[in-house]
Amino acid sequence: MSTTLKIFLVLAAFALVVPFVPGLIYPVFVMKVMCYGLFACAFNLLLGFTGLVSFSHAAFLGSAGYVTGALMIRFGAHPLGMPAALVLGVAASLLVGLAIGGLAIRRRGIYFAMITLALSQIVYFLAVQFRWTGGEDGLQGIPRGNLFGLDLTSDTTMYYVMLALFSAGFLFVDRIVHSPFGQILQAVRDNEARATSLGYDTDRFKLLAFVLSAGVAGYAGAMKALVFQLVSLNDVSLHTSTEVVLMTLLGGVGTIFGPLVGAALVVGLQNYLATIGDLVTVVIGLIFIVCVSFFRRGFVGEFLHVRRRRAERRARAAPRPEPPPNDAPVAEPA
Amino acid sequence: MRARFIGLALGASIASLTIPALAADKVSDGVVKIGILNDLSGIYSDFTGRGSAVAAQIAIDEMGGKVLGAPVELVAADHQNKPDIAANLAREWFDQGKVDMIADFPTSSTALAVMEIAKQKNRVTMLSAGVAMAAINEKCSPLNAQWMVNTYALAAGTAKALLKTGRKSWYFVTADYTFGHSLEKDASAMVEAEGGKVLGVSRHPFPGGDFSSFMLKAQASGAQVIALANAGSDTVNAVKQAAEYGIGRSDKQVIAPLLTYITDVKSLGLAKAQDMYLTEAFYWDYDDRSRAFAEKYFAKMKRMPSASQAAVYSAALSYLKAIEAAGTDEAGAVMAKLRTMTIDDAVIRNGHLRADGALVHDMLLLQVKKPAESKRDWDFYTVKSVLKGEEVFPKPSDACPLNAKG
Amino acid sequence: MPLPFSSIPAGAAMPDITLQAFMAQLTIGLIGGCFYALLSMGLAIIFGLLNIINFTHGAQFMMAAFLAWIGLTQIGPWLGYPDFQVSFWVALVLAPLCVAVFGMAIERLLLARLYHLDHLYGLLLTFGVALVMEGGFRYAFGVSGQGYEPPEILQGPVDVGFMLLPKYRIFVVVASLLICFGTWFLFERTKLGAYLRAGTENPRLLQAFGINVPVMITLTYGFGVALAGIAGVLAAPIMQVTPLMGGNLLNIVFAVVVIGGLGSILGSMLTGLALGLIEGLTKVVYPEASTVVVFVIMALALLVRPAGLFGRDV
Repeated sequence: MSTTLKIFLVLAAFALVVPFVPGLIYPVFVMKVMCYGLFACAFNLLLGFTGLVSFSHAAFLGSAGYVTGALMIRFGAHPLGMPAALVLGVAASLLVGLAIGGLAIRRRGIYFAMITLALSQIVYFLAVQFRWTGGEDGLQGIPRGNLFGLDLTSDTTMYYVMLALFSAGFLFVDRIVHSPFGQILQAVRDNEARATSLGYDTDRFKLLAFVLSAGVAGYAGAMKALVFQLVSLNDVSLHTSTEVVLMTLLGGVGTIFGPLVGAALVVGLQNYLATIGDLVTVVIGLIFIVCVSFFRRGFVGEFLHVRRRRAERRARAAPRPEPPPNDAPVAEPA
Repeated sequence: MRARFIGLALGASIASLTIPALAADKVSDGVVKIGILNDLSGIYSDFTGRGSAVAAQIAIDEMGGKVLGAPVELVAADHQNKPDIAANLAREWFDQGKVDMIADFPTSSTALAVMEIAKQKNRVTMLSAGVAMAAINEKCSPLNAQWMVNTYALAAGTAKALLKTGRKSWYFVTADYTFGHSLEKDASAMVEAEGGKVLGVSRHPFPGGDFSSFMLKAQASGAQVIALANAGSDTVNAVKQAAEYGIGRSDKQVIAPLLTYITDVKSLGLAKAQDMYLTEAFYWDYDDRSRAFAEKYFAKMKRMPSASQAAVYSAALSYLKAIEAAGTDEAGAVMAKLRTMTIDDAVIRNGHLRADGALVHDMLLLQVKKPAESKRDWDFYTVKSVLKGEEVFPKPSDACPLNAKG
Repeated sequence: MPLPFSSIPAGAAMPDITLQAFMAQLTIGLIGGCFYALLSMGLAIIFGLLNIINFTHGAQFMMAAFLAWIGLTQIGPWLGYPDFQVSFWVALVLAPLCVAVFGMAIERLLLARLYHLDHLYGLLLTFGVALVMEGGFRYAFGVSGQGYEPPEILQGPVDVGFMLLPKYRIFVVVASLLICFGTWFLFERTKLGAYLRAGTENPRLLQAFGINVPVMITLTYGFGVALAGIAGVLAAPIMQVTPLMGGNLLNIVFAVVVIGGLGSILGSMLTGLALGLIEGLTKVVYPEASTVVVFVIMALALLVRPAGLFGRDV
């Protein structure tokens, strides 16, 4: 069993008991963190493991949310309505991802980022123009429906279904990162020219990573539409695209658990700042500045870094050198 | 659902008739808590923001800080114009924060989101800043009150008054958003009903930047009225740029912003805004009662209240009075009581709450003063006429199931 | 098939447009294009030498407008001399200078630490700075907006044959075209410009020739920011001064820069003007799309020429 899986199981066990201990953590908050955590994982798949910066992730989150929400409003009562809406929502985000990625992949680096930014503005425009998205009112009162007959209106039932959906999504991302495909992506990230010279069609790999990331982001968006029972223009806005950058950065770019930590921090911070008011943007801006200037590894990255340094020091002190930690975030103990 | 509310309401009123129970019996959690959920840091913060909470506090103080012997508390938060943050906060407030009623909501997506949750959790929402028609039509809720105005009433106030003066040809400059469309749709219908004609429409992206293109088109159309079906900085920029080109400066062609707050007029300055007609639910300098409230507010905020900030005061005051009259803070009973009351305070006059949640009350048709006529800061409007609620508010819509029941 | 759009394109109104009205709309488009050109030129210069996408550009534009507003209307009462006010012409020079100095301080203190890293970090840093600036100005001055009048000599309209054009708008066009041309000349036709371009290609070599490259970079950043500042002061009599005025514009300007080719000064200037015209025409034909048309053109341009219309591929 890998360390990642162990940590994940501990987290999942914790999440399982949350609804039974009132006052521990508000379950709806945990659901929100799960949605944004997965969203950030999707973004991290691209930034952390492929080295691509996208400013269009809100477009994926939102398009899947809109499709899932609109379908639930019409067919939510059907026993297969919820899974079907979820799948079609993800399909929509995959298509949007293919369209944006296909265009943006023609340029590299910062150009790539700017193109995704501009194209996501078109998605925003469409969300304003289409009638079925509800304009600035958004889609409201989306029914949660039922899962094969299991009624999802209760927050607790929904909570466990979301936990299962989240776990599947998270383990899927983890699987991609550690698959041969994920290794190639990291090779492209570290040195694209070398990957090309090894015979890989790097553009195809990048596009595939982009579309996969869009799909996972869409999956998170569909989950979010079901949990909060609403989808709004905010979900497709540039603001949301920058929020996910902050989450990933704060937690740790290129780490498995970083995006989850970052999402929990940002969502918690937004809730906290809501009550003090007035200066939300200033505080978020300052966090950006501090993070980028002095704290680029993020919380999880910093933690791993300290651990690795300590392990190295111990290895130097010890007579028998241990093998260096592998590429997994935490070296697997013997 | 509804039957249960009535049952509870009945139960509660019987209890209050028989034994004078302790506050804890009549008021859930032993406290009445009012939540203000609005924009503290974004584009709507000037006409809602901190000021709304201050206005609510004035209402609480006027009630002596207590209702039915239980203390009244206030919480305020910034929904950052994001419906999921609003929904999250509202759920937490209802589930764990003992909040009984939430007011304000300057964005329609946040208003509708919280209305939905309040319905599930049996709590009250009062949209003092939310003007979306959906809130009293297809999304209406028995536990919601739209406490200031909606886009129809705004359009009707200005449109009917201008039509009466014989201005029958109109041009619309509309924000390409739901509120813009609904302002435009309702006003056009009134224009056509009066035998007038809509000569053209320009729908601009929201937010827009340079409006001179649209304003010139409107001018060229020869329309007698250039109606601005947009809001906030868009309205301000459109008026400002029109002034630059000398548009709307004669009696032959007037500019009529359909959704304007006093903060917008303040921002434009009287030199640019002068002579415009507009409709608002409240103007601080209307009479002695409104001035008395406004002075209290001014003492705390150093500015005069906008209509939506004033509406928060009225909403909180009426809500607390309804609790007192109903003898309970159970949502259904309080709303039932509110529907029987005549709302008449410093802000809302001749108000009646309808089944669909629309508060029908008198509105003010205002004209912006010329700089020379203004005697002091915030002395912006001349009250042209008082518009009776029945004339300006929309008829109950069939889209709202609550209306069908009668 | 019913149209999925909630609104019908206002194209039906097209035939009514007279030649006069058409010319008027083109002129208005050109004025908008001047702002795009000024802003995108600043972005292109900064990108060319620093390789940073300056997300603070919009906030700096806003800051200059605010400073000018403070100078023109507020500073007298603040200082206790109600009659004192800075003239528009002084503000037009002073406000961009202040913003440039502020920008250079940020470059020295924060940005300079990030040059050895991925460009993403510079972008995110400037984004954070923009948030702080916008939030700070909103906290201090509210969101409703402020305004000031153009100088007396530029008030009122002039009859230019096909329309009554405000004098001030004519001034904006002339001033920005002059500044754009001057900037282009400075960067493409002078020795200083040659150094700057050499700095983009090979900073080490330039350093070896005895040129202080870090100072040059700081000054270039200041220059790019000052262009945004000039645009801000020019915009304020037309557009209400609000904390968000720049952020709204910036997205479009980004697209302009991408279409023109990042780092191409001439490209960004011409693209800015051209897109202003296209936007103006879209406002006549299908106003709902007048913002998004820029992004659609960007997508099309990238399909045809991935490097941007004037860009050199990297």
